[in-house]
Amino acid sequence: METYKADVVIVGGGGAGLRAAIAVAEFDPTLRIALVSKVYPMRSHTVAAEGGSAGVKLPTDKFDYHFNDTVTGGDWLCEQDVVEYFVSQCPEELTQLEHWGCPWSRTPDGHVNVRAFGGMKIERTWFAADKTGFHMLHTLFQTSIKYPSIKRFDEHFCVDLVVADGRTQGVVTIEIASGELTLIEARSVVIATGGAGRVFRENTNGGVVTGDGMALAYRHGVPLRDMEFVQYHPTCMPGTGLLFTEACRGEGGFLVNKDGYRYLQDYGLGPAEPTPRNKAMELGPRDRLSQAFWYEQQKGRTIEGPHGSVVHLDLRHLGEAKLRERLPQIYELAEQFLGVDPAHAPIPVRPAVHYTMGGILVDGKCAAPLPGLFAAGECSSVGIHGANRLGSNSLSELCVFGKVAGVEAARHAKSVAPGNSANLLKQAQAVEQRVVGLVRKSGGSERIATLRREMAQTMEDGCGIYRLAESMQKTCDKLDELKLRFKNVHIEDKSSVWNTEWLLAIELEYQLDVAQAMAYSALNRRESRGAHQRLDGYEARDDINFLKHSQAHYVADGAPRIDYGPVKITKSQPGTRAYGAAGEQAERERNASHV
Amino acid sequence: MSEHSKIIEIEVLRYNPETDKVPSPQVFEVPFTDDMSVLQGIQYIKDHLDGSLSFRWSCRMAICGSCGMMINGVPHLSCETFLRDYYPARVRVEALNHFPIERDLVINMEGFIKKLESIQPYIIPKEPRTLAQGEYLQTPEELNRYEQFSSCINCMLCYAACPQFGLNPEFIGPAATALLHRYNVDTRDGAKEERMELVHSEEGVFHCTAVGYCSEVCPKHVDPANAVNQNKTNSAMDYFLRFISPKGGAK
Repeated sequence: METYKADVVIVGGGGAGLRAAIAVAEFDPTLRIALVSKVYPMRSHTVAAEGGSAGVKLPTDKFDYHFNDTVTGGDWLCEQDVVEYFVSQCPEELTQLEHWGCPWSRTPDGHVNVRAFGGMKIERTWFAADKTGFHMLHTLFQTSIKYPSIKRFDEHFCVDLVVADGRTQGVVTIEIASGELTLIEARSVVIATGGAGRVFRENTNGGVVTGDGMALAYRHGVPLRDMEFVQYHPTCMPGTGLLFTEACRGEGGFLVNKDGYRYLQDYGLGPAEPTPRNKAMELGPRDRLSQAFWYEQQKGRTIEGPHGSVVHLDLRHLGEAKLRERLPQIYELAEQFLGVDPAHAPIPVRPAVHYTMGGILVDGKCAAPLPGLFAAGECSSVGIHGANRLGSNSLSELCVFGKVAGVEAARHAKSVAPGNSANLLKQAQAVEQRVVGLVRKSGGSERIATLRREMAQTMEDGCGIYRLAESMQKTCDKLDELKLRFKNVHIEDKSSVWNTEWLLAIELEYQLDVAQAMAYSALNRRESRGAHQRLDGYEARDDINFLKHSQAHYVADGAPRIDYGPVKITKSQPGTRAYGAAGEQAERERNASHV
Repeated sequence: MSEHSKIIEIEVLRYNPETDKVPSPQVFEVPFTDDMSVLQGIQYIKDHLDGSLSFRWSCRMAICGSCGMMINGVPHLSCETFLRDYYPARVRVEALNHFPIERDLVINMEGFIKKLESIQPYIIPKEPRTLAQGEYLQTPEELNRYEQFSSCINCMLCYAACPQFGLNPEFIGPAATALLHRYNVDTRDGAKEERMELVHSEEGVFHCTAVGYCSEVCPKHVDPANAVNQNKTNSAMDYFLRFISPKGGAK
């Protein structure tokens, strides 16, 4: 097996991983950086983010407002000191991207423009038409080319972390084109592998979003925090789950039921007005909107389509010119995939799984409890999203915490001695035996696709928008069964070159671990908060017993052990989470009580 | 849920370097519905018929650029090309033209990546600015000059369409030229002169024979042919100006 010696290895070449790599390179150009990604970086799922990235911009806006929106939106399950740091850094990081060439949309006088987004009091979403993630990713990728100390390992698939003497000291990868394994030694490891939405059936995520880094850290004893909080995005394409950005509503789109009625006004989000009002109606937060869809479906007020019930996202009143300018990708998606011209007909939409709020437990410096291990982006739980992420906070998170992770990983790398190479290689060889054994073994009978389909279906059945103990228990049992059946998995492909079936099997094993963390964390949270809503006697938020983070600990060949950690409250005491007119009333009362 | 009612034949060009001397076609019968993409058809094959079929894909929505392939001889993103448009005839899928095949539908794209890396695809500021000074001002009109060229998803369909690249794999080609142009015309950038050196070089834009097929197959309306030809003009202008102006033509 070949060994490559780096100082910092970063796993994941999306927004967070690229930002981290650049941060390391700028912190100290002598540090050797290995950037490992199972796809070429510009294929990473950051590319699919559409609507925009949050950062205070207008003179009428304040960091405090962004803080309050984020903490309220997260139903107070946020680390408030981390949120405070986050909102203070967003504008600078987005400006940094501007300096690196990101084609932000502009106002007529040449400043960066901002748009409205769900759950945000003031317009603060920086955007590049409706391809913001695409442009941010390509800007970061192209900028990273400038730094000679970043050595990319494109299309290298990470199969394990190397932990020795109680600290993380490298990773083992498969070069996809050859099937060869490599040990990459490093004194710091940054995980930036993104979310895990593909464990659900209908989702907005790309095929690569399989929770790899979460599973790796988890298996090495790092808890996964708040995994029960999985975001359903309210406006997705039926069948495929492809995303129609929240910016459709930020620009003034309506959501209507089969009677053409803007039903959100029946769910505490009104009043319905003809033009968008921040934090009301279609600009409410995603959890509330997806929940409202569920109730409309129960009431029989949705429209039945070939891929289940839908409501209509109506953009017609915005006119073709504005749609082409502000939402060009949405326009084309609707036309090409659905045969709908959004200037002349409403788009059928339904909720689909979009985002993993929880992830690898890290502190505000992106450091995991395992020394030498850092994480940033969707794979991590740094504590800003709580029980429900606000749209446009995740792209900013990639930049703010990608940078933090890079700087902290660089500092750590400089502070510790290199490991014992012979010892590390021995560990890596054991990893090689295990993963090569998976492809070489014969006699298995379980098809990967069957296990994957059953996993995705049971996650949807038990951990959907509304949850019941009985169905969550069934999901937990099913996942236990699938993990057993995985031991009998069959890989037809025995070749070395581009054996994607082998990689799919490894990914499936990652997914099963992450799915278990989600399902057991959900079953154990006996309250309703943010994206975790129950209908079995735990309909209310319970701050006395559950204003705390869940932590799922890996147990080999068993169910995860769930325990809880404290939530950092600094200046926002948990209160009523309300939107629309009720939200404005609640805000007035809060302000009055502070005087 | 809709029923699979129709069956379409998908002919896939298979190649495994460990066992095959040359690529050869294999036909699969795939049940499909009218909303299924060619990618979904190929995924069906992998999931249910032959787990050894290799191909790249990810986003499913024509933005990650992974799933380009020849479909009935034309370069397309398979995620936004639909089986219904070929039915009842057989649909033929092959790796992208003009690239070495690594396996099945997977091509080797290292050469393309090297080209991207070679053109300094990042802002080299005309006037450096600190973060405290805030953003550069850039009007919507100035943004419009390069925005289209920044929309390239690196899917390489234009290379599969380019006859010149087919003849000479060293040719810088459409997408890399579009990206070069994107930075050259960005008001924040000051490195046009350095980049133009590459365009003048052996493998630069003059190799383009103006067929324009690259722009036709581009799924994102980047119009690389336009970038190539603007650079030919620039390059020619630059070539003459360098004799009469001390700074050369790049200004």
